[in-house]
Formats: sequence, structure tokens, C-alpha cells
Amino acid sequence: MTELDVARIRADFPIFNRTVRNDRRLVYLDSGATSQKPRQVLDAERDFYENHNAAVHRGAHQLAEEATDAFEAARATIARFIGAQPDDIVFTKNATEALNLVSYSFLNATLKAARSKPLPIGAERFVLQEGDEIVVTEMEHHANLVPWQELCDKTGAVLRWIGLTDDGRLDLDSIEFTHRTKVVSLTHQSNLLGTVNDVAAVVAKARAVDALVVLDACQSVPHMPVDVSELGVDFIAWSGHKMLGPLGIGCLWGRSELLSAMPPFITGGSMIETVHMESSTFAAPPKRFEAGVPMAAQAVGLAAAVDYLNALGMDKVAAHEHRLTQLALEGLAGIKGVRVIGPTEAIERGSAVSFVVEGLHPHDVGQILDEQGIAVRVGHHCAWPVCRRYNVPATTRATFYIYNDDADVAALVEGIKAAQKFFGVGE
Amino acid sequence: MNLENMYQEIILDHYKHPHGKGLSENFAAEVHHVNPTCGDEITLRVTPNEDGTLAVSYDNQGCSISQASASILFDQLNNVTFETGSSAVDHIIAMLQRAEEPNEEVLGDGIALVGVAQYPARVKCALLSWMAWKDAAIQATGKGE
Repeated sequence: MTELDVARIRADFPIFNRTVRNDRRLVYLDSGATSQKPRQVLDAERDFYENHNAAVHRGAHQLAEEATDAFEAARATIARFIGAQPDDIVFTKNATEALNLVSYSFLNATLKAARSKPLPIGAERFVLQEGDEIVVTEMEHHANLVPWQELCDKTGAVLRWIGLTDDGRLDLDSIEFTHRTKVVSLTHQSNLLGTVNDVAAVVAKARAVDALVVLDACQSVPHMPVDVSELGVDFIAWSGHKMLGPLGIGCLWGRSELLSAMPPFITGGSMIETVHMESSTFAAPPKRFEAGVPMAAQAVGLAAAVDYLNALGMDKVAAHEHRLTQLALEGLAGIKGVRVIGPTEAIERGSAVSFVVEGLHPHDVGQILDEQGIAVRVGHHCAWPVCRRYNVPATTRATFYIYNDDADVAALVEGIKAAQKFFGVGE
Repeated sequence: MNLENMYQEIILDHYKHPHGKGLSENFAAEVHHVNPTCGDEITLRVTPNEDGTLAVSYDNQGCSISQASASILFDQLNNVTFETGSSAVDHIIAMLQRAEEPNEEVLGDGIALVGVAQYPARVKCALLSWMAWKDAAIQATGKGE
């Protein structure tokens, strides 16, 4: 397998033409928060607006037809990317909304059932009783924790979680799933620790008690081959902007029989079948979950991002990141006073590398790195409980993607040493 | 490095050797403020003295800017009146918004924080303890804005 040609890739990303902070080369190590965008994605969006713009699924004119075709073709491209059928992909504004769509399906089914209101066939799976259990893990992003906490508060269900081992892995023996466990929601790759979870093992435990499995794939779909037909989960949620695509679009994939059984989440135009003054009936998925005029240009842009990644090959993308992660872990291990929070070896882990520098607050590390043109994220990374678990107030996090190279890793390592020197800590 | 404007020696000194850190047992009001984007935290207590001034104590964790700023706050606002303290808070906010020139009489070492104004993401760090003081002082005295 030949390696990625990083110089050629960088030429596709206009942002690398600029410099930051006193004419420094941009070393962008914050793709875990959002990725940069290649010209191909920007061109696709521009082409949509310049040549085909119309409100999709409305209008009897040629532009409306073309816009609708572009939107649905984008859905098909994105579906193929994860081994799915187009009708099983729902567009949302981001991954957070996709996860809320699932949690609200439970809430809405539970509320409607309590009032004996009509529900789609099969909706019983989404009706919760007091004392039912929802299982998450201690390494979740707030987006896959807070919605479930809220669901429990509103329904009387109980939130439980899979704990973590000291080396940043799921401690699968830390809880038993029971016949009350209705849904298990976990991340594929931790955005803070970098851990890639053993999804098959969780699915096996969940299946044994007939619980549904939701996967937060924000940090996996952009970085490794993901095929829903092999994962065995029931839902996956991810965002477009972390995989070279535009801001403002996320995706939910669900098994079609489950999507069909779910009541709507956000309601209004487009998502209906019939509307009367007294009540309404709803369209089949995915339209049931796409109220209002959809984000067609963003969908077209995201499909262009998929084309871009497909042309590189997701195997190569994953191998490239794996090599950079290995280099970074080695480099960090060589700096006295630096401790990685998460797996310290590049085994079953992605490119999110969090660390703390003894005697230095992450904000100060980030500031000194920024001065050298190195963009990292600092803070708790929307995963505050993970910080608590490892007794750190916050971390500095570097994440690597297709446009990063060995020189970027070296810049990070030298940058951390410069921060230590500036503050008079470390060696 | 431009950063030296922000990380002046005096700031680093306060960071490494904070003044007055540690909570006193007696207090009329206690507040806990956090910076939710980075997890910086401060617990701050205010107690009215017999002469009408306000004693302050605090404990905190966070970055050099937030820690140094709290240490400077202790120097400037421990045992001052509500009115004196409030106008200092107003002034540091205005300074960090570049609306007022730094006034050493009001802020003491705090004028060294002026460099923070060029890094908008850090302004919250510098203001965390000052906003906490205002909150606690209002609660302890019943005085409003």
C-alpha cells in the first residue's frame, strides 16, 4: 500500500496558503474539533448555489428538480460510504442533533404511549418504563451523555455507565446489562482518549438482553473504513464537518425497521403525509425526520468530501493517521513531564492524542503552541467526566488527519519543549 | 515572542507564588465560578469587616492567567469597600475590552494583564475571579449593581 501524498493533498486546501501569528506556517492539529475543507468541497457547494439552487422536494420547475436530484444523489453517495441504503440515512444539522433525534424518539414514544396516542408500528421498542436502564460509557462526549441524562429525568429511566480502566479502555466487566437495559449508547472512538472501542463486544452483551445499540461515530467515520453492515449496531451518528465536509450537516443512520417505528422529532413542513386542523400523519423515513427546507448545498458538499476520501482510500487514511499517531506517542514519551491521557501505544486507538504537561495548565501550553503556528485544542473537550476520571482539570489535545505529516508531529514535540522552557518547568 | 506581552514576569510571579490563596473559615457569602470551556474554577468567599470593608478569601485551579489574576485581585480587593471593589471590577473589564487605559492606582499589578486583551479567548480567564468577587460581594452586602 502506497502512502498518502501529503504535499499534494495540502495543495487542495486553500487554508494552508495562509500563515498565522507572525507569519508562521499553519500546523493544524485540531481536526478532531473540525477538519479543514478541500477546494473540491467548496467548489461543489458553489456549483450548487450558482447553477442548481432551489428548495428541494418542492416546486414544479427545472431548478427544483435539479436541486432535488443533487440532494438525493448526495444521500446515496454518503450512504454507500458506510455500506448503507440511502433511505436509512437522515440528514441533521450535526451529530448532536442526530443523537438527540434518537433520544427524543424514546421520549416521544413514551409520552404518546402514556396518552394512548397513535404510534408507528413497532414503536414499543422506544417506550420506556420507570426503572428501565440506559447505558452509556464514562468516555462519552457530552453530546452522547447529556441527551440521555435528560431522557432519564423525563421518563424515570435510570442512567448507568461502563467504567474505564486506568489505561483508557472500557472496563466491560464494570457493569452487567440486565433485562431492563433498553439502549446502550457509546462512542466508536473517544474524542479525548483516542481509544477505539471494541464495538462487537458491546453489541454481543447488548444483544443478549435485547437492547438497542447507538454508536457515536464522529471520530471514526472520518478516519477509518466504517461499514454498518459489519458493525452490528442499530444507529450511528456522525458529523460532516469533521470529515472535510461543510458545517451544518450531520447524519444519522438507522436500521430501516427501527427508523420506521420511530415517532417524529422536529416537526413541520416536508415531514408530513397528510395535515388536517385536528391532527397529521407523517411521511416515511428519512423525510419523517427532515422537517423544513433541507441543507441541500451542505449535503452536496459532504458528498464531495466522501468522493475525496474515497479517492484517497479510507484504508490509506487510517494507515497514515496510525503512523503519525505512533510518531506522536513516541515523541511525547520522550519529553520529561509529559503524560498521555489515554492509550500510550498505537493499538486500537485513533489519532486523538491528549496529554498534560507537569506544572503547566493546558491553556498555557496551547497559547505557546499557538504562538508557533500550532493549532491544538485545550480544555475538557466536551468530555468533562473523562477528565475527572483521570484526575486532570483539562488536557491539551492534538489530532491528526490526511494533511498532517511528520514535520507537524516534530513541530508539536518541539513546541511543547518550548512551552516548558518558557515557563521554566520540565528539564 | 509576542506572548511576553501577556505573560509578563509579574504575571508569572503571581502564578507561581499566589497571594492569599486558601479559604477562610468565616464568610457571609461563597460563590463557585467556572469557565465551562476549559474547566478553570474558583471558590471565593466574602466577609464584611466591622469597618464596612470586605475581606476576601479564595481557592482556585486553572491556567496561569486565571491564577495570577486571582492573586492580584487579593492584593487589590481584600479589605476594601464594595464601591471601591466594584469600580475596580468595572475598570478591569473595560481595560480588557480596550475601552480604558490601564490605571495602576486601581489595579496595581493588574495593569500587567492588559496584554490579555489581544487574546480574546483568554479574557474570560483573566476575569473569572473578578466576576466571582462581584457576585459574592453583592450577596454579602445586599448591594446591587
